Amino acid sequence: MVGVGGNWWRSHQNAGSEEASVPTTDLPTRGPARPAPYVISGVLIAIGIVFPLIVPIYARSEPALFGIPFFYWYQMLWVLIDAGLLWICFVLMIREDRRRRDAARRDSGSTPGEQAKR
Amino acid sequence: MSAESAVAAATAPAHPVNGVALTVVIVIFVIVAVMGFVAARWRITPEERGMHSLDEWGLGGRGFGSWITWFLLGGDLYTAYTFIAVPAAMWSTGAVSGFFAVPYTVVLYPIVFLLMARLWSVSHRHGYVTPADFVGGRYGSKSLSTAVAVTGIVATMPYIALQLVGIKAVLTVLGLGSGANVFTQDLPLIIAFVVLAAYTYTAGLRAPAAIAVVKDLLIYIAVIVAIVWLPWQFGGWDGIFHAATVKMSATNPATGLPVGSVIPGATSFNAYWTLALGSAMALFMYPHSVTGVLSTKSRNTIRRNAVVLPIYSLMLGFLALLGYVAIKAGTTPIGLDGKVNPQLVVPQLFIDHFPAWFAGVALAAIAVGALVPAAIMSIAASNLFTRNIYRDLFKPNATDAEEAKVSKLVSLVVKLGALLFVIIMDQAAAINMQLLGGVWILQTFPAIVAGLYTRWFHRWALLIGWAVGITYGTVAAYGVVNPVTHAHFGGPIAPIPFLNIPIYIAVTAFVLNAIVSVVLTLVFRATRVPDGLDRTTASDYGADEGDPRVVSVLEPLGPKVEA
Repeated sequence: MVGVGGNWWRSHQNAGSEEASVPTTDLPTRGPARPAPYVISGVLIAIGIVFPLIVPIYARSEPALFGIPFFYWYQMLWVLIDAGLLWICFVLMIREDRRRRDAARRDSGSTPGEQAKR
Repeated sequence: MSAESAVAAATAPAHPVNGVALTVVIVIFVIVAVMGFVAARWRITPEERGMHSLDEWGLGGRGFGSWITWFLLGGDLYTAYTFIAVPAAMWSTGAVSGFFAVPYTVVLYPIVFLLMARLWSVSHRHGYVTPADFVGGRYGSKSLSTAVAVTGIVATMPYIALQLVGIKAVLTVLGLGSGANVFTQDLPLIIAFVVLAAYTYTAGLRAPAAIAVVKDLLIYIAVIVAIVWLPWQFGGWDGIFHAATVKMSATNPATGLPVGSVIPGATSFNAYWTLALGSAMALFMYPHSVTGVLSTKSRNTIRRNAVVLPIYSLMLGFLALLGYVAIKAGTTPIGLDGKVNPQLVVPQLFIDHFPAWFAGVALAAIAVGALVPAAIMSIAASNLFTRNIYRDLFKPNATDAEEAKVSKLVSLVVKLGALLFVIIMDQAAAINMQLLGGVWILQTFPAIVAGLYTRWFHRWALLIGWAVGITYGTVAAYGVVNPVTHAHFGGPIAPIPFLNIPIYIAVTAFVLNAIVSVVLTLVFRATRVPDGLDRTTASDYGADEGDPRVVSVLEPLGPKVEA
């Protein structure tokens, strides 16, 4: 459902690395996730997807706005609502991302500058 | 000017050449072409000039920031054909076939926000250029990645052809294309496309990125002016919606049913929301959308854009309403053959009710608006061919320079194909193919999107699910018969099998596809059918700009995906 990040796929990663021929070593770039930002974002994203699609709510002409039937201005209003919801998600995600990255850097003991080198 | 001039235009169906508007269009086209060529030197170091890798040519150096991405994706997703077709649908049959584009481009962005950052991260780590690259790397199955690549190419080709249909509508209204033979008729179109092909070849993705800025500004000016000026001129929205209601509630002699609806009735609710949701899920499976995402500089550029891109949806909504304005204005979109062609509605509305120079700006915006997505689509389709067919299947040791060379050439072939498609075949064929393309591309959703989160699905299950979805979708779309012309591929709506609920065919096909993928995964896991090799790791999906790229050293030139 939420799935923007979270830990649950980690179990999978271990299954994958059993394959001896995989020439990769996983070096986490982010520390463990805190659920709250992901849960909140998930709920907001779900609202942003589900509500504009419930047609019976808005398939009517009243109340009109400047002569434009409800059906039309309501759906265009959701453009702005979705932009607002995603802005909240964006701020939450950016903060959580930064926190997790800082945590990972502290763990690995190297500076961000060293890691940034390709 | 007023409604009388539109009536006068109706009595003279032949389009006279509008000199002023045509001059404005040509001037803007020349400026854009110059920008396209100059873009080859934009933000590039001298050593990288000539663009000897797909990262440079096909993804613009993978360095676009938030602003350029906003213009690029805006130009990429809201195509000229959208600007032509959505108001045309509103003008013809009203809300269900036209206005669903608004909820479609609203629910699109939560989906993009959710999925695309992860796709960006894993692609950044492994040097993936196409969605099929990711599927190949994730599932270790060449069959599956080839299926995704072929679907992408086949779905994109008619989409490019439709951009030409958009340019053609503009040219018709300007009075061009009425020559005696096929060649002179399509000469302006051919010239426009040769120029497009030339600057895409030299500048790659940088060309549409630069042009998109001009195109978007022009479109915004045209739409804002039209949406303020025209309703005022025709006595407000009340009268406009009244005229639309009168037209839609009249009876269509061919079907005995109303022409359309201004407010959808309960029977079309399911069609309406499935069209919106299915289209939104499909859009970022198209290779040209993924190209736009992967050309960005950092993981969160696309998320920031998901917040600000909806402004385009607002504009699209107003543009859709211009279809109703045209009903009130009495616009008569008569093609060069003397028949009614709804796709001419918006260009004709601008020519009828604005000074010639401003109509020229608006028409140029639409025409240039066709060039941006056409360029990106051809780049995306040729990247798919180069990476997932040429390299994966035939030339596993292709160098970066070879890949770029092949991709550039293929982009020319793709554009030529689209041009021939439009010139030789019926325009309706392009529209049918685009309809099918939307159904097909959604069938790559389970493989791509599930892969971003889990490796639970089995590669063969996904492949068989894909095949089932494609087959059902094609058969169902063929079965839809247009009540007037009795032609097949009459529309995107069909009843769910064994139920009498009409919904978007792509969604039914997608559900079938997903069910088959889940069931067969359980079967293959139980019978221990060997799984593919996963070359990605968990941290790949959260990697950002500046993170250590442990795997990338090994991946791009390393051994390729096994069978």
